[in-house]
Parts: sequence; C-alpha cells; structure tokens
Amino acid sequence: MSDVVWLIPAFPLAGFLLILLFGRRLGEPLAGYLATAMVAASFVVSVGVYLDLLGMPEDERTHVETLFSWVPVGDLQIDMSFLVDPLSVAMCLFFTGISALIHLYSIGYMHGDPKFSKFFLYLNLFVLSMAMLVLGENMLVTFLGWEGVGTCSYLLISFWHSRESAATAGKKAFLTNRVGDWGVMLAMFLTFSAVGSISWNVLNNNAEGGLLAETTATGIAVLLFVGAVGKSAQLPLYFWLPDAMEGPTPVSALIHAATMVTAGVFLMIRINPVIMASADWVGPMIAWIGAITALFAATIAVAQNDIKKVLAYSTVSQLGYMFLAVGTGAYVAALFHVITHAFFKALLFLGSGSVIHAMNDEQDMRKMGKLAKFLPITAGTFIIGWLAIAGVPPFAGFWSKDEILLFTLADSVPLYIIGLVTAILTGFYMTRQVVMTFFGEQKWESRAEEHGAHGEFKPHESPWTMSTPLVVLALLTIAGGLVQLPSLGIVPDSVQHRLEDWMHLVLPGEAEINGTWALDNQNLLVVVAIVASLVGIMLGWLVYQQRRIRPYEPSVLGNGWYYDATVTRFMGGPGREGFEAVAAFDATVIDGAVNGAGAAVGGAAGGLRKGQTGYVRQYGLVIGIGTVLLLGWFFLRGVL
Amino acid sequence: MAEGRLDGRGPDVIAAIEPTWYLLLAALLFSIGAVGLVIRRNPLVMFMCIELMLNAANITFVALATRLGDINGQTAVFFVMVVAAAEVVVGLGIIVSILRRRPGATADSLAELKG
Amino acid sequence: MDPTFLEYVVFFVAGAMMIGGAIGVLAFSNPVHSALGLVLTLFGVAVQFVAMEAHFLAAVQVIVYAGAIVVLFLFVIMLLGVDTATDLSIEPIKVQRPLAAVMGVALLALLGASIVQARDALVLNPGAGIATVQSTGNHDANIDQIAENLYGDWVFAFELTSVLLIVAVVGTVLLTRKWPKAGSTAGDRT
Repeated sequence: MSDVVWLIPAFPLAGFLLILLFGRRLGEPLAGYLATAMVAASFVVSVGVYLDLLGMPEDERTHVETLFSWVPVGDLQIDMSFLVDPLSVAMCLFFTGISALIHLYSIGYMHGDPKFSKFFLYLNLFVLSMAMLVLGENMLVTFLGWEGVGTCSYLLISFWHSRESAATAGKKAFLTNRVGDWGVMLAMFLTFSAVGSISWNVLNNNAEGGLLAETTATGIAVLLFVGAVGKSAQLPLYFWLPDAMEGPTPVSALIHAATMVTAGVFLMIRINPVIMASADWVGPMIAWIGAITALFAATIAVAQNDIKKVLAYSTVSQLGYMFLAVGTGAYVAALFHVITHAFFKALLFLGSGSVIHAMNDEQDMRKMGKLAKFLPITAGTFIIGWLAIAGVPPFAGFWSKDEILLFTLADSVPLYIIGLVTAILTGFYMTRQVVMTFFGEQKWESRAEEHGAHGEFKPHESPWTMSTPLVVLALLTIAGGLVQLPSLGIVPDSVQHRLEDWMHLVLPGEAEINGTWALDNQNLLVVVAIVASLVGIMLGWLVYQQRRIRPYEPSVLGNGWYYDATVTRFMGGPGREGFEAVAAFDATVIDGAVNGAGAAVGGAAGGLRKGQTGYVRQYGLVIGIGTVLLLGWFFLRGVL
Repeated sequence: MAEGRLDGRGPDVIAAIEPTWYLLLAALLFSIGAVGLVIRRNPLVMFMCIELMLNAANITFVALATRLGDINGQTAVFFVMVVAAAEVVVGLGIIVSILRRRPGATADSLAELKG
Repeated sequence: MDPTFLEYVVFFVAGAMMIGGAIGVLAFSNPVHSALGLVLTLFGVAVQFVAMEAHFLAAVQVIVYAGAIVVLFLFVIMLLGVDTATDLSIEPIKVQRPLAAVMGVALLALLGASIVQARDALVLNPGAGIATVQSTGNHDANIDQIAENLYGDWVFAFELTSVLLIVAVVGTVLLTRKWPKAGSTAGDRT
C-alpha cells in the first residue's frame, strides 16, 4: 500500500479537477458529496499505508515513493516524491479524517449558498496541498504544499469576497504568510548550498551524522521557524488568524484550527535533528516564543465577544503550547497536542458553526444564552470539547497538555509557570464562552423580526450532515488520549506511550527526561494540572454563571493589546512610506536606467543621423575612404 | 627575368613592356576617376569618371591576361564593355528623366536621402 | 627580351594621352570639354590594347566606347542643355576636396604598393597562352582565340548579355517615356 501513497493527494486532485470542470452542473449537494468521497478515499488510503507501515519492523519504517523527476538541472535533482514515515503517516491519518468530517459538515452548513461547488473546489485543493506538504520527501514538494495551503487559506477566508472585511482579511493572511514563506525559501537555498540536496532525509541524516555545521543548522532551523511563525500564527505574525474568522466556519475549523496552522509545528518536528544540531539558544528561543504567545493570546481571549474570535485566540494560544513543546524537545508531546487539538478545536469550531447556523448568522455571544435547551447535540458535544481544552481528564486535551507541562518543567521552571497560568486562563475563558452561549441568561428575543425568521423564532438543531461530524469528533476527543498515555501507576503498560514508540524512529532529537525531578514527581504534576484546570473553570463559572464576582474585561484585552492596531498603523504610516520609497526607487532608478538607455540610444542615433547628409558625392567619398582603409588593412596584414 | 614571363610563349615574340607598368598606369587612371567622381557635381561628368574607372579595369584585365597567358582576361574585357554600354544607356536615361523634372539639377540637389 | 625604344615611346605617349585625358575630364568646367578629354583617354587605352596584342579589343574599344558611348554622352549633354560651364571653385561640402585628395593619393599608393610587391610573384596557374601573329603565323590569331573562348566556354554569358542589352534598351525607353496622364507631369518640357 505504500506504493500507492500518491493516491492520498491524487484523490483530492481528482475531486478538484472534476468540480472545476463540472461543478456548476453537479450543483448542490452532489458536488459536496463528491468532494467528501474523495477525501474519505484519501483517508482510507492513509489507513492502508499506516497498516502497511505497522507491519514493517520498526527500524525500516521509512519509504520513499518517487513519481517523476521534477527539476533535473545539473547538480540540482529534485523529484516529485513522497516520504512515508511515522510522522507523515500520523499527520495524514488525522488530517484526512478530520477533513472528511468537515467536508460532510460543510454540505449542511453551506446549504443555499450560490457558490456551493466553488467552496468544495477550494476545500479539495486545500486537502491536496496539505497532503503534498506532509508527504513531501524534499523541501520543494513540501513548499509547494505550503504555498498551496496559504493560497487556499486566502481563497477561503475571502470566500464571501463581496464583504470588504473578508477580502481584507484574506489579503492580510496571505501577506503575513508571505513573510514566513520568505524564511522557508531562504532555508531551502541554505540547505541546498550546505548539503547539495533539498531532501529531508539527506538533511536530517547529515544533521544526525554531525556533517552539518552548527551555524548552518542554526540558520536553517531559525529560517524554517520564521516560516512556522507565519504559518502557525505565533508572535509576531499571529494577527492574521483572528481576522481569518471572516471565512465560513468550516474553513475556520479545518484550516485555522486543525490542519494548516499545524503545518508549522509539523515542519519543526520534521527537522528535529537539525534543531538538535543547531546552537543551544534555538530551542529555548522557540519555547519562549511559544510560551509568551500562549499567554498573550489567552489574555486576549478573555475579553472577546465574538464566538469565533474566542476560538481563534484560543487556537493561537494552543499553538503556543505546541511550540513550547518543540522548544523543550518534547516532539512527541507536540505531535500529540497537534492531534488532540485538531479533534477538540475542530469540534468546538463546528459546534460554534452549528450555533451560528441556529441563530441565523448571529455571532455575538452577548446576544445568545440558554441555548442548551434548544440545541442538545451541539451543546453536548461542545461541552465535551470545552472540557478537553480546559484539560479535564479523561478527555484528550488533558493528556497532551499534561505531557507538555511535564517536559516544560523538566526544562525550565519559568516556562512551566507561564504554561500553568495559561492553562488556568484557558479554563476561564472557555467556561465564559460556554456559559454565555449555552447557559446564563437568555439574551435573544423570541420575536421573529429581529432574526429574520417567519413566525416565532426558535433556534433549531442542525441537520444530520452537521451533527454527525460533531458526534464523531466528540468521540475522538474522548478517546484521543489513548494515543499517548503516560507512565502513571494507574495506566496499564500495554497502552503506555503508543505514540512515542511509533514516532521513535524519526525523533532523534527527542529530549530525555529520565532522572529529572519532573519525571520522578509525575503524579504530583498531574494533580497540579488538574487543579489548575478546575480553578480556571471554577473562576469562569463564578464570574459568568453565578455572577458572584464582577466580570473584568478591560478594553486593552478586547483590542488585543492594540498589537494589531499598531501593526496596521505602522504599515499604513512608516511602512507605507518605506514601500513608496522602494516604489519610487524602482520608478526613477531602475525604470530610469532602462528608459535612459533608450534615450541614450535615441540621442546617439540623432547625433549619428547628422552624417546622413543626402549628398551622394559624400556617400561616394565615404565608400572610397572605406575602401582605402580596407586595402590598407589588408596591405598591413600582408595579404596584399 | 625568365620566370616573370609566361610559359607557352615563344622567345621571338614581341617583347612587350612589363605588365607591371600597365597595372600601375591603370591604378593611376582609376584613382583619377575615383577622385573625379567625388569632386564633380555635374551628373554627366560624374558618369564620365565612372567610365574612366571602367577603362582602368579593362587595362588591368588585359595586362594580367598577357602576364598569365590566359585569354579569359580579354574575354572579360569584352563583357565589361558590353555591360558598360548597357549601363551608360540606362544611366543616361535616368539622368535625362531627372533633369527633365528639375532643370539645372546637380548631384547635390538630389539630396532626398537626407536623414 | 628587352622592349625596344619604339615600344617605350608608344607606351609613354599612350600613357600621357590616357592620363592627360583623365585629368581633363576632371578639370574642365565645360562638360563638352570633359567629354573630349574622355575621348582622348579612350584612344590612349586603345593604343595600349594594341601594344598588348589585344587587337580585337582595341577595335571594339574605339567602335563602342569612343564611337558610341561618348557620342551618346554628347547627345545627352546637348539635349539637356547642360553644356554651359559650371563654376568649379565653389564646393558646398567643405571637407570634400581635401578628403578626396587624401583618398586618391592613398588609393594610388596602396594599389601601387600592392602591384609592385606582386611583381616577382610566381605564376601558379598559367593559361594556355595568348595567340599572336608571331606565335601562330595567323593574322587573325587574336580574334580566333577570343571567338573560340567566347563562343565556347562563355556562350551562355554571351547569350545573357544580349538579353541584358534588350532589357537595358526597353528599360530606358520606359524610364524616359512621357506618360500621357493628365496634370501630374509637372515640369515636363517639350
């Protein structure tokens, strides 16, 4: 089955082409079913490849499938080839699966939209790009996918492009990602010049074997981290993600929660030998940026009123956790959190989409309340997601967050404190969201006109296409922790560390924490984590449900510490002046040089034109003199 | 001096002047023709200078025919004369046409090629 | 064998005629005088042809060149009425005369130098020899040899020259014809 790993991108490619050609004719809902079927087929192939790899002995679980030679230029030999190893298969499994579920959800969510088939066109294109990104055997195939997901993100954020805020958000996302792409491109060039190839295997083998100079490894790692910062919305390039909520909710769920934003983390995990070979400050730098982003975003989420914006900042915060894990060498924990976060965040987003759908496109939480009664399935699944993200056992989020905090404490205490505080805040703002939406006071009117419905307005539960994915994701959220259970006393040996064993082959850079105080006192830490989560939840409950404490939502938090506004003002002000200076330089110097060359030629020609007097006798004289010169030359050369 | 002579000629042939002298003479004639072509403004006189140059070429041909012992040189002169005749006919026709339109024109007044 | 005294005299006199006529073409301000200078040159050339045993060519030279072409020149001069003397002292293009002088001298020098240098060159591919009265005893030797060559090796070129002459004649007639169109032929005199 590993031979046909290329089917994983091929199915969505086929879907893309079919919808491109026949989308309008297929129409709703057939285009949606086609797209879903294609992605589901990819998922099946992923499962097949996984089983295939499982059957191989542990050391041999990498396989390269080359389709064709793509760029054969002298020393640079780049093939279109796919790498099947534990990391890429793990990523493929969860992202094709979740993509399939979200495709199904979109059939219901995008019902009635005039651009229905175009939506699935872009979604399939996205799955194709993500597959290329994850499965790429060399940096160029990965970069192709990287750019592809960025493009799809742009297309899908500004899907309703007649809305100016959506179009602007799309541009913002694309441009910010571009800054990250610059880093990835430079890393590619650096890799090629240092190693002579841009294959991940060659790079990683060189790094492991000590053939990569420390400065080179540092350069590559830092440049790829720049790309990751852009794609995964960390400080300082996170500000596109909250705006990206302008896109339809399935897009937010798929791209900006579960898959695309994890591409940065994936990239870091992929190059863990390079990070290992780089300077000592690279890891801590990644960890600190992740931690500070996590805390920063959590504080902002506390004061958001849009149901999707809370989740957006929550995503930034959780991504911060993943980079914190990467920075401390806990790659397994990072991947684990990627997977569990994909489950519960997708669940939360789809749930919020269900709420928005029920409330006729109302997104302000201050106008919701007491919806649990009317939307039982949505509320139930949303609550499961809430508990997972807050870190309540036995849901998936608890296990992964605990693993990260364990490794963090083993590395540095200040980081651990930041992580813990963020965990409390996470519980707090998520509780706030759940209470404001599903419990609390009913802030919406039953009257019809306000919500554009006929007769009495009553929120209604979503159709089966939307509810089914919610249920499936909830189940996954509950069971997701089984993937990597820690070695606590209560956990039987056979199910411990499944993910770690699976990933062992490709993670030579995994940090070793045997013998640290943290590992010895694991049980204590587990208790601390649970307590932190419950504290957060309790505070949220007290403030928003019981109204015992007054809510404190300063506008500085509501406006995101004015970071976005500062960036906008900079870009509009000094930034714009800088750009205009560059443009002026281009117009005057470069264009001037080109035009000047033309003018010079014209001037010279004008001068030479004076030689054309029109006098035949003069022309004759010139011919004569030319002949004389020619003869003289021949004579001197001895030919005559 | 015997090598300077051509083969195939008997010893009792009229000893001509060395062909080199004829060649020099032709060169002189050619130069005078070239200078004249450039100096004079009257189109007809310019034409005559062209004829001078053609004659210089003819002399060269014949001198070399004598030197190399090849009759083709003299045949070439024949053809040159024929072509010169045709050329004079056409050229004078052109001059007539031009001077009909613009009486008193010289080579300098026909300066439409001025750029 | 050395040339005889007579041959030297013939050479120099004919040469003087040639060069004198040429300078006359240049120097006379009246075009008719220039034409007469041309005739002198052509006669000089004919004499040189005879001295070089090219009798046929000498005859053709006189008949065609001096007899037809120069007459044609004089016809046209008289027809167009440009037989008045022109002022030779003015020259519109300032650099023309000095440069022309330089060109002439340089040309002569280079050509002369080349000719002198090639004086002792070996003849690599000599021809079959020019037939003269002395060598063959035939009084028509020159004509015979030229005729054989012309109608033998070069018969195709010969035919083409006849075509050329017809084309020239027809072309000139067309060129100089006055087309009977109304109004557009301004400046026509007749």
